[in-house]
Amino acid sequence: MTTRVGVVVFPGSNCEYDAAAAVTAVGAHSEFVWHTATSLDGLDAVILPGGFAHGDYLRPGALARFSPVMTAVAEFAAAGGSVLGICNGFQVLTEAGLLPGALQKNRGLTFLCQPSQLEVVTSNSILTSRATVGAKLSIPINHFSGSYTCDDATYERLVANDQIVLRYVENPNGSRDAIAGVSNEAGNVVGLMPHPERAMAALLGSSDGRVLLESFVAGKLATR
Amino acid sequence: MKFSVVVEVSLRTGIADPEGATIERALPALGFEGISSVRAGKSFRLNVEANSETEALERAIALADRLLSNPVIEQSTARIEATA
Repeated sequence: MTTRVGVVVFPGSNCEYDAAAAVTAVGAHSEFVWHTATSLDGLDAVILPGGFAHGDYLRPGALARFSPVMTAVAEFAAAGGSVLGICNGFQVLTEAGLLPGALQKNRGLTFLCQPSQLEVVTSNSILTSRATVGAKLSIPINHFSGSYTCDDATYERLVANDQIVLRYVENPNGSRDAIAGVSNEAGNVVGLMPHPERAMAALLGSSDGRVLLESFVAGKLATR
Repeated sequence: MKFSVVVEVSLRTGIADPEGATIERALPALGFEGISSVRAGKSFRLNVEANSETEALERAIALADRLLSNPVIEQSTARIEATA
């Protein structure tokens, strides 16, 4: 059966069409879910795409986490559903407390829009189940607040539970331990700052995002 | 009663503050010497309906913890500015 992926659209999201196209490119079905939705029934997986939800006012993700759909996303995640936050979606998931840590302004205080090299740290997440640990992926970044931050206790838990999913080969933004993406403890909720949906075709620079999207829509996760 | 409350949100100690650091680095070039430990933050001014100053502050802090700050990296304080 074709995997049905919901792409959540907040006022100010701007990567929802790229995310939907990437889902379709790996053979799954995609549909948009408006931020006022209160149910995710019928969906197998959910993506929170990049953009500037609610204008990023106050802090990126600070207002979006109170959108009605986020209650449904939290329930969906708690029930083991696959949830992926890309860039602004990652910021929303941390603000909502569905992922540990926070995203701060980039260390150099510049907006970064460039290719980045990522290293796959674990295959124990919904985003990397089909990727090879240690593999290098070329995937672009496009953010101002992408510096991953957490306290020591959280960091130790991330390492101990194998929740660091991706690291930058060269840290572009001051992220702690060059972290580019993390998962929750169960591995079914993943957030990352880079944009795999923009790395789906060699003609456009890189197709390294495919393995991540293929993993995500496959949905299978080895028990942790 | 209405109380005018100021909520200040700042990064927790130990959390890097790139804005504060950048401001501090710019100061000598502008002729400001002897200024250190610059930390950037946000302040919010709100009118709070409450029966007492204590209650107004409690409501403001609850709001700050839930929305105005991200407790993972930020801390907040509230003070009464005046009875509005």
